[in-house]
Amino acid sequence: MLQSLFNTPEQKPGLMDRMKQAVARTRTGLQERMDDLLSLARPVDESALEELEGTLIASDIGVATSQEIIAQLRQQASRRQIRDGAELRHLLKAEMLRILDSVPLGQRTVTARPEVILMVGVNGTGKTTTTGKLAAYFREQGKSVLLCAADTFRAAAIEQLEVWGQRAGVEMVRTRQGGDPSAALYDALQAAQARGIDVLIVDTAGRLHTKNNLMAELDKIRRTARRFSADAPHETLLVMDATTGQNGLQQARLFTQAAAVSGIVLTKLDGTAKGGIVIAIARELQLPVRFVGIGEQMGDLIPFDSNAFVDSLLEG
Amino acid sequence: MFENLSEKLQRTFKNLRGQGTVTEENIGEALKEIRIALLEADVNLNVVKDLIEHIRAKAVGQEVLTALSPTEQVIKIVRDELVAMLGTDTARFKFASQPPTVILMAGLQGSGKTTTSGKLAAWLKKGGHRPLLVSVDVYRPAAREQLQIVAKAIGANLYEGDLKGEAAGPALVERLAKEARREAIISGCDVMIVDTAGRLHIDEGLMTEMQRLKSLLNPQEILFIADAMTGQDAVRSAKEFHDRLALTGTVLTKMDGDARGGAALSIRHVTGQPIKFIGMGEKPDAFEPFHPDRIVSRILGMGDIMTLIEKAEEHLDRKKSEELAKKALMGDGFSLDDFREQLRQIKKMGSLQSIIKMLPSVGPFQGMQQAAGNVDEKQFTRIEAIINSMTAAERKNHELISGSRRKRIAHGSGTSVQEVNQMLRQYVQMRKMFKSMGKGGAVQRRLMGSLANMRGGR
Repeated sequence: MLQSLFNTPEQKPGLMDRMKQAVARTRTGLQERMDDLLSLARPVDESALEELEGTLIASDIGVATSQEIIAQLRQQASRRQIRDGAELRHLLKAEMLRILDSVPLGQRTVTARPEVILMVGVNGTGKTTTTGKLAAYFREQGKSVLLCAADTFRAAAIEQLEVWGQRAGVEMVRTRQGGDPSAALYDALQAAQARGIDVLIVDTAGRLHTKNNLMAELDKIRRTARRFSADAPHETLLVMDATTGQNGLQQARLFTQAAAVSGIVLTKLDGTAKGGIVIAIARELQLPVRFVGIGEQMGDLIPFDSNAFVDSLLEG
Repeated sequence: MFENLSEKLQRTFKNLRGQGTVTEENIGEALKEIRIALLEADVNLNVVKDLIEHIRAKAVGQEVLTALSPTEQVIKIVRDELVAMLGTDTARFKFASQPPTVILMAGLQGSGKTTTSGKLAAWLKKGGHRPLLVSVDVYRPAAREQLQIVAKAIGANLYEGDLKGEAAGPALVERLAKEARREAIISGCDVMIVDTAGRLHIDEGLMTEMQRLKSLLNPQEILFIADAMTGQDAVRSAKEFHDRLALTGTVLTKMDGDARGGAALSIRHVTGQPIKFIGMGEKPDAFEPFHPDRIVSRILGMGDIMTLIEKAEEHLDRKKSEELAKKALMGDGFSLDDFREQLRQIKKMGSLQSIIKMLPSVGPFQGMQQAAGNVDEKQFTRIEAIINSMTAAERKNHELISGSRRKRIAHGSGTSVQEVNQMLRQYVQMRKMFKSMGKGGAVQRRLMGSLANMRGGR
């Protein structure tokens, strides 16, 4: 069914297709409604726009952002005399892309190896799994990778990352459970420098953004990284579950305040949730999505493609 | 950050006074605000539509009572409607007539199944049961080790099992489950909690595995473990799990964050099964029975006064508090000793942040919620240290404390003279406030009044 959807019967799907496939794994009632709404024949009237707003909300884009998108559409529809669904769909896509693509992709400069990537997020979003996949991703690019198990809090988090390290064929620096994450990072940075490692990926413990003391711990981790290189950590990725609702905005806001998040990894896009919250986050906080997670296998992490993402939101 | 729903409604109802009845026209704007509030709280769009229709039907034609403001009237309808939807049933377990009672934990990846399994075991232990934990998550790396560590931490029995190098798959899962049940019977455990692998509701293979596990174990309870931060998709996953497994209840996890938890409504709506527990943190005892009326306040952004009162009753020494209050209100009686005692009592209730979060975000407490994030928990400890560094005479009479004494106190408590000054200023202010309360009682009356209102709204 999937293949007939994308008309790629034999080919190995490209990155963009894989992302579309992942997001579109099942056709939902929602998407059928969207298709109906945006069908060629239906005239564009106020009720169509209102229903469209509902469908945007239903993909977790949020009330404020949905209303803004619809307001833009309404304006353009009357100005350009949009008459049918096809044109409206085109406008809708353009508007969502505008929001996602207007986010500046921070250029990172790595003056001294290793490049340090810090993984942060609330509990259960898939930080450890993503860390493992990210290691494999960089390995495939021919870079040397070292993992740092800085989640010293959750039971068996270190063991979990260890398995991923073995799968990806990279080494890991660890400490005991209950140890100081900054100390683990210090050791890892030393090891990475000594071994001339390209990328050091640091898996931190999941924490709710409302816990001030735990958020302050992230700051300490960052300071530790800075002692080795003024521009480290070079990237701080907020790992967010695609099922996340409106709380995602608050997560992004507070993690950015505490740990200077530079990008988002949207995980579990292989479910039926669409991850629309990243559009609200892009609009309000100017945070780009860097990667998406689309499964439990090693290769199931791919760079974000706004075009494919919006298509999958609209087309199913 | 968000304007509270009742503030918004107050605005929309400004013109309603004196109109006599709630009509289609004047309720329209209010319903729009209610819709937005529910959607912002992640209640599913279709559920919101249903709710709005119910609320409209109930509200239209109602006379505007003189006792309640139109806002209060509509809020009451909204609350009642939400509470009715969530049901009144609380945490109650079906136990098997022939032990062991089997509880199957189901849910998406990362919803908190393993942590919740441990908490549930601790809760059952406290209730006099002998739970046995077993993990049949043979897929996620180190998942079984995680449960092992959790079990050890709470001192619960665990069936470890031997994978014997068998490939991860349904056969291994079923073998472990069968062995665990035998172990439960042999070791005299009356409840068995089965922690399963996280799975997507559209994963045909893993959902089938779950169905087979169900028919094999014939569990009394199948709990859906759901993240309180879940958005609109909650209905889809919950429905699929329910259709396949006939869930008996839900545990809503990560409720210690600031998510409004609208997913609770969505899940209840599609499964028809009660939310039984909420997870409130990472510690084994951060686990509470679910109360519909409380989460309704939270969904509507109105605080959780009931939990606060319950917490206060549980932790505060009533006699001591009353004595303290009496002394304080007498005017001169409130010494630094009393101040310290009061701090200690408050500290017993938990972190200041968690207490502030339970306050409603309207009325006299407006702005407190936002302040919660800035609360420095260590401040309490510092103040206590400062008072500890005073002599008994100084604690009885703060006016004794001169410049050189302040220096000594700062030194002794590891703080600065500025901090000592600041603490003393706060203390004097408090004393003054208590004094005026004792005399006029104006503040007190106002406080009692607003509390009565809140209870009346329930």
